Amino acid sequence: MSEQDQIVDTPAQTFLGRIWQALGPTGLPSDDRGRMRMVVDNLVLHLHPTKVPTRTLSWTYTWGLGGLTSLLAVILVLTGIFLQMNYTPSPSQAYLDILSLRTNTWFGDLLRNLHHWSANLLVVTAFLHLLRVFFTGGHRAPRATNWIVGVLMLLLVLAANFTGYLLPWDQLAYWAITVGTSIINYVPIVGGFLNRLLLGGPEVGAPTLLNFYSLHISFIPVTMVMLMSLHFWRVRKDGGLTVPRRAKESEPPKIERVTTIPHLVRRELVFAVAWIAILLAWSMLVPAPLEGIANPDLSPNPAKAPWYFLGLQELLLHFHPLVAAVIIPGLALGALLLLPFYDIQISSVGVYFRSLRGRFLSLLALGTALLITPAWVLLDEYLLDWSAWLASWPSLISNGLVPLAVVVLGLVALDELVKRGLRATQEERILFIFVFLVTALVVLTAIGIFFRGPGMSLYWPWDIPTTHLSL
Amino acid sequence: MQTTSLHTTIQTETGKPVSRRDALKTIWAALGGMVALEFTGLALAYMQPRLAQGEFGSVMSVGAVENFPNNSVTHIPNGRFYLVRLADGGFLAVYQRCTHLGCSVPWDQSQGMFVCPCHNSQFSPDGQVLNPPAPRPLDLFPITITDGMIEVDTGVSITRETAHLAQVVYP
Repeated sequence: MSEQDQIVDTPAQTFLGRIWQALGPTGLPSDDRGRMRMVVDNLVLHLHPTKVPTRTLSWTYTWGLGGLTSLLAVILVLTGIFLQMNYTPSPSQAYLDILSLRTNTWFGDLLRNLHHWSANLLVVTAFLHLLRVFFTGGHRAPRATNWIVGVLMLLLVLAANFTGYLLPWDQLAYWAITVGTSIINYVPIVGGFLNRLLLGGPEVGAPTLLNFYSLHISFIPVTMVMLMSLHFWRVRKDGGLTVPRRAKESEPPKIERVTTIPHLVRRELVFAVAWIAILLAWSMLVPAPLEGIANPDLSPNPAKAPWYFLGLQELLLHFHPLVAAVIIPGLALGALLLLPFYDIQISSVGVYFRSLRGRFLSLLALGTALLITPAWVLLDEYLLDWSAWLASWPSLISNGLVPLAVVVLGLVALDELVKRGLRATQEERILFIFVFLVTALVVLTAIGIFFRGPGMSLYWPWDIPTTHLSL
Repeated sequence: MQTTSLHTTIQTETGKPVSRRDALKTIWAALGGMVALEFTGLALAYMQPRLAQGEFGSVMSVGAVENFPNNSVTHIPNGRFYLVRLADGGFLAVYQRCTHLGCSVPWDQSQGMFVCPCHNSQFSPDGQVLNPPAPRPLDLFPITITDGMIEVDTGVSITRETAHLAQVVYP
């Protein structure tokens, strides 16, 4: 029987001592065995293993992105609970409640800002976390299940953001949700039905606000907590994080481990405290946007979806809606979900970008996409006019499938070039295409956010006549 | 007969016997499937749009025919549509929602057309697309004219791929 067991077994002598003993650990453990036991015995800490590989503690391997994403989820739940106490989900009251929150409630504005910025940052960190896992091969066997859970959670994060976007009931919210939900209409056969179901009517209105509020505060967070539990549990079931390796190390290194307390827990605490400080400072300085009350008769010019959907909206300017809103996102999501089943080489797991050549190829893909994507947007805006050239064909073909075929052929050509010219292996080719497409998505989103002005025409960001950016 | 088994078996067409246990399992699975379908149906029915009388979504009385001159476009804000009277005296109730991404389309009197502020789709007074990206003409609401009074049913919008004369209602 160890020293720890004895302490627990002996009741404290005083009344307060016994309460103290029942509420928590009596003193910090002094040896590794005690530290490991403390991890096992604690509800929160037992999400961690008792010992972790020293190498996974490396700051520049995980960037703490999973942890930061979880921290943001906790902040969002806490601030959300308080915001709920000052909010009525009806068109006549919602906007007034937000105004009252800003001017009439102690720390109301701070809570709202904190919720808003944490939610926006959550989209970014969840996305970066996905990239980190992909670049280090963390999606491959045996972690395929957890990759799928992760992609589903990314979708939930977007759903949480999107439903929350409507709640302030200002012009920004109203039209972003109108434009965003109208994209659903283009899903063949069931699109109109789904859209009406989600909106609770033909347009964004009182039923929509109630539907979105209900999804935002109950269904989405509850599902999220369940998936998060599953995600954390699977990390441990799959043997913890992938262990980082240098590209030149041919053999997987011998794994050294250290106790979770204090090595991992201390890092997590410092990281969390630093981020809470950053978020608080940011929320004190930068107010969350709020425009005039929603006016269903007055569409702003330009009307943009929430920023994380602007890449999608940019596609809508170039392709027939069925291609832009259904086929391309559907293919992309399918490819992302099935990634662990065709990108299966496990010998490079833990090496950032697979290999030294993989790093070069990633840079090449980044550079190529940074050049080609804006060039293609400009070409399509000013020169290409598929529907006029192929006027006798239905717009789905002339303005949808034909340009899509051109893009796909371009990707195939690039892939061939990399395969033959640079002798890339299969995993390096997948890496190349992945980096290319992700860069293209980021560029399209940036164009949508910063370079689209009235009438969705192209402008320099500093020339856009309207007063706000759509963030 | 002494050898009669306690387990009843049924011969299937393929000749393979189905035990009572298997048959019951199948029935349970089918019942479970039906329950799942029922609850899906209930949820979908429950979430159907709820529309109130007298508001957008109901049948709205707009006024007398003679209040609207030929070649005019009148916005009916409560009904979220434009009452368009064409040059030949025919009526159309044009839904103000852009068929591209759902923005509200204002009427531009000086240009004589609807111009969507969101993505610059343009429509003629009868709703035809003059400039994409809108994929189809503006939707319509059914009009009934009785004793010179115009009523518009805003509950059902008519989606159309092309605009043609049969859609126009004459007093």
